[in-house]
Amino acid sequence: MPAVQETIDQVKAIDVDQYKYGFVTDIESEKGAKGLSEETIRFLSAKKDEPEWMTEWRLDALRRFQQMEEPDWARVSYPKIDFDELYYWAAPKSVEGPKSLDEVDPELLETYEKLGIPLREQEILAGVAPENRVAVDAVFDSVSVVTTFKEELKKAGVIFCSISEAMREYPDLVKKYIGSVVPVTDNYYATLNSAVFSDGSFVYIPEGVRCPMELSTYFRINEQNTGQFERTLIIADKGSYVSYLEGCTAPQRDENQLHAAVVELVALDDAEIKYSTVQNWFPGDKDGKGGIYNFVTKRGDCRGKNSKISWTQVETGSAITWKYPSCILRGDNSRGEFYSIAVSNGHQQIDSGTKMIHLGKNTSSRVISKGISAGKSENTYRGLISAHRKASNARNFTQCDSLLIGQECGAHTVPYIESKNATAQFEHEATTSKISDDQMFYCLQRGMNEEEAVALIVNGFVKDVIQQLPMEFAVEAQKLISISLEGSVG
Amino acid sequence: MNANAPIRNTQAESDLIDRYDAAKSALAGSVAVSALRDNALGQIKDKGLPHRRVEEYKYSDLRAFMKSAAPLATAADSSAVKGVLEASETFGDLARFKIVVANGSFVAELSDIDALAAEGVTVSNLTDALSSDEGAQLLKSPKTGPNDGLVALNTAFVQGGVVVAVKDGAEVSKPLELVQLATATGAQVVRNKITVGKGAKLRVLESFSGDTGAGEINTVFDYDVADNATVAATRLIVGKTDAARLLTTIATLGADAEFKSLGFIAGPQFVRNQQFINFTGENSEAKIYGVSMAGGSDLADQTLIVDHAVPHCNSREFFKTVLDGEARGVYQGRINVAPHAQKTDGEMMTQALLLSETAEMANKPELEIFADDVLCAHGATSGQIDEDLLFYLRARGIPEDEAKTLLVLAFLSEAIEEYGEDDVTEGLEQRVRDWLAGH
Amino acid sequence: MLEIKNLHARIAEDETEILRGIDLTVNAGEVHAIMGPNGSGKSTLSYILAGKDDYEVTEGEILFNGENMLDMEPDERAAAGMFLAFQYPIEIPGVATMEFLKTAMNAQRKARGEDTLSIPDFMKRVKEAAAHLNVSMDMLKRPLNVGFSGGEKKRAEILQMSLLEPKLCVLDETDSGLDIDALRIVSEGVNKLRGPDRAMVVITHYQRLLDHIVPDVVHVLSKGKIVKTGDKDLALELEKNGYADIINAAA
Repeated sequence: MPAVQETIDQVKAIDVDQYKYGFVTDIESEKGAKGLSEETIRFLSAKKDEPEWMTEWRLDALRRFQQMEEPDWARVSYPKIDFDELYYWAAPKSVEGPKSLDEVDPELLETYEKLGIPLREQEILAGVAPENRVAVDAVFDSVSVVTTFKEELKKAGVIFCSISEAMREYPDLVKKYIGSVVPVTDNYYATLNSAVFSDGSFVYIPEGVRCPMELSTYFRINEQNTGQFERTLIIADKGSYVSYLEGCTAPQRDENQLHAAVVELVALDDAEIKYSTVQNWFPGDKDGKGGIYNFVTKRGDCRGKNSKISWTQVETGSAITWKYPSCILRGDNSRGEFYSIAVSNGHQQIDSGTKMIHLGKNTSSRVISKGISAGKSENTYRGLISAHRKASNARNFTQCDSLLIGQECGAHTVPYIESKNATAQFEHEATTSKISDDQMFYCLQRGMNEEEAVALIVNGFVKDVIQQLPMEFAVEAQKLISISLEGSVG
Repeated sequence: MNANAPIRNTQAESDLIDRYDAAKSALAGSVAVSALRDNALGQIKDKGLPHRRVEEYKYSDLRAFMKSAAPLATAADSSAVKGVLEASETFGDLARFKIVVANGSFVAELSDIDALAAEGVTVSNLTDALSSDEGAQLLKSPKTGPNDGLVALNTAFVQGGVVVAVKDGAEVSKPLELVQLATATGAQVVRNKITVGKGAKLRVLESFSGDTGAGEINTVFDYDVADNATVAATRLIVGKTDAARLLTTIATLGADAEFKSLGFIAGPQFVRNQQFINFTGENSEAKIYGVSMAGGSDLADQTLIVDHAVPHCNSREFFKTVLDGEARGVYQGRINVAPHAQKTDGEMMTQALLLSETAEMANKPELEIFADDVLCAHGATSGQIDEDLLFYLRARGIPEDEAKTLLVLAFLSEAIEEYGEDDVTEGLEQRVRDWLAGH
Repeated sequence: MLEIKNLHARIAEDETEILRGIDLTVNAGEVHAIMGPNGSGKSTLSYILAGKDDYEVTEGEILFNGENMLDMEPDERAAAGMFLAFQYPIEIPGVATMEFLKTAMNAQRKARGEDTLSIPDFMKRVKEAAAHLNVSMDMLKRPLNVGFSGGEKKRAEILQMSLLEPKLCVLDETDSGLDIDALRIVSEGVNKLRGPDRAMVVITHYQRLLDHIVPDVVHVLSKGKIVKTGDKDLALELEKNGYADIINAAA
């Protein structure tokens, strides 16, 4: 998701009540039958022309899901989801399988343009330096509508396509890695996703290749009563590097919609994956009506020695966020990073954080989390840092800061720090405060009004994380944060 | 795993149910107290002993630890009590008043009742209070956190203890030691209610002596600290024992009050030292310190919930843990700040030193904040002895063992010194040395 | 430019009375020094001029170019040309000094209905002003006042002052924490800003600052009142004899 000026301008106009991505694309679409059943899954799997093993994998997940209880440990509350009232498959009628751009419905292209996501390669090429190009996989409800720059990437040996396509074209790779980081039964929503996942992105970077451009997936939920269950799988083979960006929006609707994604990353020896998210699903209106339930399992496996996985997230959207991008530091000398900004306003509830599981020797991790609560929102950081028996010389540094704006919100910090190795060194710091009166007064004395002063101070507060984002994303994220907090002072 | 499904009782839980049936008629209390006891036992029956699936006991699974439950200790013989009392080495020759609870029951004749009365402190038997109309009130503390398992266990079985009341303005001249001792094996379940009147000052020492065999100690100290009152409570949980040491502090603070405590753990195999601090008046301060040392397969758990329900209160928590062998250290601390509890200042720090490859530390410092004009922070570190420092000391000719001892002492003394109460904590250095030499 | 009439003020929280009837008139082009012992109310006066809500004005008025200043919000006062150089400049982590300058300058321009500055124009102004004050680019990139030495903080204050081009400059103990070289640089920066359209109020405890920034008028503040007013020689007299004589004479 490159932040073209158009996007920035659009984002600029948003406030809590005016989520500008809230439009609905009027496009003829096809839905599967309502409800969660074996039929639904067989239908879905057939729609996608999947191999038999995949259908079985899904059915197995469904059976396990039906035995599971919804978790209740997170600090979020919402009415029970009736999985039989949801649709698990919705697709624009005009799309069947991956297409070249010429065949994509103009209505869809327009939608993405409105969102600031240019899909026409020639348009992107005009006026953009080659190193700043971004390849985009655009997922609309349950299907990937187009993936750009595929051919050029292929020349470098990089596979970037929808996971549906990957299942047909690269079944061995998919079979080898899917579910290997997030097992089918990992957790309630991951199991659900394993049963019904519709589409998502697949990336494979071959040995020694530095991916020639940023890769990005842009998720859009359009259809009503439809859950989005995407699944992303990224494999960085030995010595490779990739930077991947993810963005998401949804129309403004009165009912809540479910988004239960699974993202799996695998980094082999000396490989590095940088995964950035700007999450801007519809947060619900000012009374807390509507909005996306964002229940996501993201996990990276630093499987090889000297590998590195870095998560950066800017969470401003969704009615409820339940998300813990994690790293399993299995390879010796591997490194995990988690940089997060979570902004909650209105009636939003965020329960997010990370897990850094140190298994290998000389592994290191760094966690920087900045939470900002405003309005009537609840914002929780929940994190686990653990060093296992053999993780000698593991290192972690965690910094977890919360800022409260207003008296009706909550900010919570729940860190679990477990060391089973004496040579592991963990350091954790957390603070909770409000914007200091002195800082505010100082800014006002220099002529800024209250909103300008808050925006400035908040941007300073989140700076450490913003710096981790690719440049174009950073500008967008900063605007988004200011906008998310509009109306929170006064 | 359905949380509501009835559990299958373990051996220890069955033992506890039998213990209750056997002891019930002898346990003191009014009709209302009996009902509370029944209810509390019901909780153990239905939910079992606290176990790792209960968030607050995630790291300290009492259900798995307790293989069986010993019967309650029976009444002590006065001369035996005297013997144990004289042999006990809790706070050395520090001048102090003593109140003695032996085998779970208050021993008036060995307690300094008259001397304390002269200082404005009245001491009475908890069992009398339990049988009175106010008995149920004594056990009904809403301030312990939601349905805490240890407190329920205490309520079901409480044998005795003392009710201590310090009158308004009394500044008790010497520390008051609540001696809990054993002359015979068996479980001891004690509750002490300590009320400190307005503007009064009290220093309390809490100690445990004698061999309880396989019997656990479950003691609740319930402090009511009135406006402008000051309390310092030093708790010594030492000595080798296989039986669980389950200790709870409940402290409720009025306005402009100060409560501080130090929990010192060295020796027992399973210690849960939990504290619930509740601010109910403004401008009060709580300073909670902890020093844990655990070796072998010991578990030392310091758990704390500080509840800032009103504005303008400060709390400071500082905990140190030293682990060796395959020991496990646990620190769980939570600062709650209620809506409108503005100007709260809360600062929490937990640090652990792991001396062996196989020791484990779990730190969970939490903040739960619902007011915006607050300043709360926590920090947590864990690691091993700084090799550079160790080398430096050795290069100056200090043998490795002594160098390690010095560094451990330096590490722990940060918390002990900040706690203050130098006369009371004087003997702790030797305890640290002994522990390092002997475990 | 600035007229203070019978100003009484107290600390809002505990109602401690600090200012007990101050009368002061500062005309354009003048530099007034306010001196006084600790606790005399010097800093309080500067905060009240800037509009800090920790203080409550109980009596009297403040006119700024004829307008009632007490009705204005702090940012409105700033846009109208009131600048306070803080005794203890505030740190704002994560906000680069440069970014802060741009935000402040443009906020004031916007409030006055002027166009915001173009980036090249802004950069040119900053670089020029920074050079005079010996402020490096490196310092401008660092978060505002975070990790700045005492001298750096004060130089950054004067840099802001010169870029924001205020009509009234109030300098609160600008000399505190400065060594002799830093004092010279800062004073030169201030002197450069002296002009017929600008007024200055220099608050200080010591005379030494006034060797560098020579005042037109010197006031002695004690217990919330101006007890003596004179020319620059009054400062020298204070330096020699201390505050006690004057204060006792006034009492």
